[in-house]
Amino acid sequence: MSAATPEIRRLLVVSAGLRQPSSTRLLADRLRQAVLAAAAARGLALEARTVELREHARDLTSMLLTGTPTPAVDQLLGEVAATDAVVLVTPIYSGAYTGMVKDLVDLLPDGALDGVPVLIGGTGGTVRHALALDHTLRPLLGHVHAVVAPSAVFAATEDFGGTGEGAASLARRIDRAASELAALMVGRPARRARDPWGVTDLADLLGDG
Amino acid sequence: MMQFGVFTVGDVTPDPTTGRTPTEGERIASMVAIAKAAEDAGLDVFATGEHHNPPFVPSSPTTLLGYVAARTERIVLSTATTLITTNDPVKIAEDYAMLQHLAGGRVDLMLGRGNTGPVYPWFGKDIRDGLELAVENYALLRRLWREDVVDWSGKHRTPLQSFTSTPRPLDGVPPFVWHGSIRTPQIAEQAAYYGDGFFHNNIFWPTEHTAAMVDLYRRRWEHHGHGPAETAIVGLGGQVFVRPRSQDAIAEFRPYFDVAPVYGHGPSLEEFMATTPLTVGSPQQVIDRYAAMRDHVGDYQRQLFLVDHAGLPLEVVLEQIAILGEEIVPALRRELAAGRPAHVPDAPTHATLVAAAGGGRDATVHAPADAVTGASPEPVAR
Repeated sequence: MSAATPEIRRLLVVSAGLRQPSSTRLLADRLRQAVLAAAAARGLALEARTVELREHARDLTSMLLTGTPTPAVDQLLGEVAATDAVVLVTPIYSGAYTGMVKDLVDLLPDGALDGVPVLIGGTGGTVRHALALDHTLRPLLGHVHAVVAPSAVFAATEDFGGTGEGAASLARRIDRAASELAALMVGRPARRARDPWGVTDLADLLGDG
Repeated sequence: MMQFGVFTVGDVTPDPTTGRTPTEGERIASMVAIAKAAEDAGLDVFATGEHHNPPFVPSSPTTLLGYVAARTERIVLSTATTLITTNDPVKIAEDYAMLQHLAGGRVDLMLGRGNTGPVYPWFGKDIRDGLELAVENYALLRRLWREDVVDWSGKHRTPLQSFTSTPRPLDGVPPFVWHGSIRTPQIAEQAAYYGDGFFHNNIFWPTEHTAAMVDLYRRRWEHHGHGPAETAIVGLGGQVFVRPRSQDAIAEFRPYFDVAPVYGHGPSLEEFMATTPLTVGSPQQVIDRYAAMRDHVGDYQRQLFLVDHAGLPLEVVLEQIAILGEEIVPALRRELAAGRPAHVPDAPTHATLVAAAGGGRDATVHAPADAVTGASPEPVAR
């Protein structure tokens, strides 16, 4: 690393909570703060933006039905395809991430998350759902070649209350996962925006160039 | 002068207001009636899709267009699109040259890769080769129309030795080719490389996307030495439903929109009108919307409208074509002619291509004498 002024990396926080206010968003905000702190500790300049996926839910469905993005979804998909890292937090419903998350992943352009570090988080009523992230969301992101941080952060309702072991443990898990994501980012050069309008000269494709 | 026309998908769809579904025979007859009505209304182009699965009928575009050619005098016959991926390029070369002769040159075609996955395996191809097929097949198609005897070998078709595609193109001039693609920049590059037309079927897409695709094509057109970017040959899709009063148009079209096969049960009519070129309203609203298209893509050459899908009854479609011809297209011709730079060309036609080639010539290839056909006459000196 030689640059005197570090390039600014982008962190996209996607909160797939369905209620407002949502505990999923609370967890997303805490993960965001922890990742910013962990990145700063490693000398990474990080710019974060949080997206509420529910605001795009209808547009995502429309795009699944028509194949056409609205301008807002087009921008969102472009942001995912240009980000250096992702924090993705979802409620656990029926033992898995919500359908909105799958809609988003289904609609991503090819290669959008290829090699991109992702920190996954989830919320649910009880700790019995804790492994759902590792059994459902981790393989989904593996399919699109994301690099998922080793620790997934699951927060049950009880983790948000009190001063007992639950709350303290959540804070530790958040910091640990954030540190893992920052470490993954350090090892990866800042992402160059891919030109969606880039083409190969046809003469080269024809083999007579 | 701008060309205006209609393009049809050829879908057999129930009319949601009556529950009645036309037969294939009725739908095919309606496509012929639509083409005839388009000519009678003063439109310039009729184009048919090509599909190989229900609920679509037009599997054989040149058969349809050959019949239409016999029943029309003036309108240009085209496709939207001819599948360059799964059709044998040899058969495309033969079919469209034959159609050119029968239609007196009133033919061009738009090449596309198709949007139905299983068509590839049905025709022995692999969808993952789509772009490669489009590139290889078109390169061969061009040679078949331009060289009397072709020796060729490639990856996706059996090799050719001493092959002559017959009939030779009318007057020795191949039909003009448009390349249609909605979201593949490499197809815009293909069109630009050859100096062919580029058609963006934008009917489901926001204007910003269409503008970016057309801009890429124009830049590459200039890069490949065909002239300034604004002289590239651009066509756009469009979709309208018109009544004298806009509230009547919306009330009549909404039941068709809400359950239409492509976008039904998705965005609302209002949302779709806001983000795509679909315009449901009065003639003036359509004129205003489409007169503004050149603000986004530059002065262009061809505007095709989709007016006959989603189960709309034929009589309503024919009314739509009449309104296009009486009110909308004449106004758009005036508006789009105003301020159009003189060096922006019109879409090529057979006549302009023949003139550019220095005049027509009979391109017949006479075979040497053989035991079956006997001696051929000597070719006329060219």
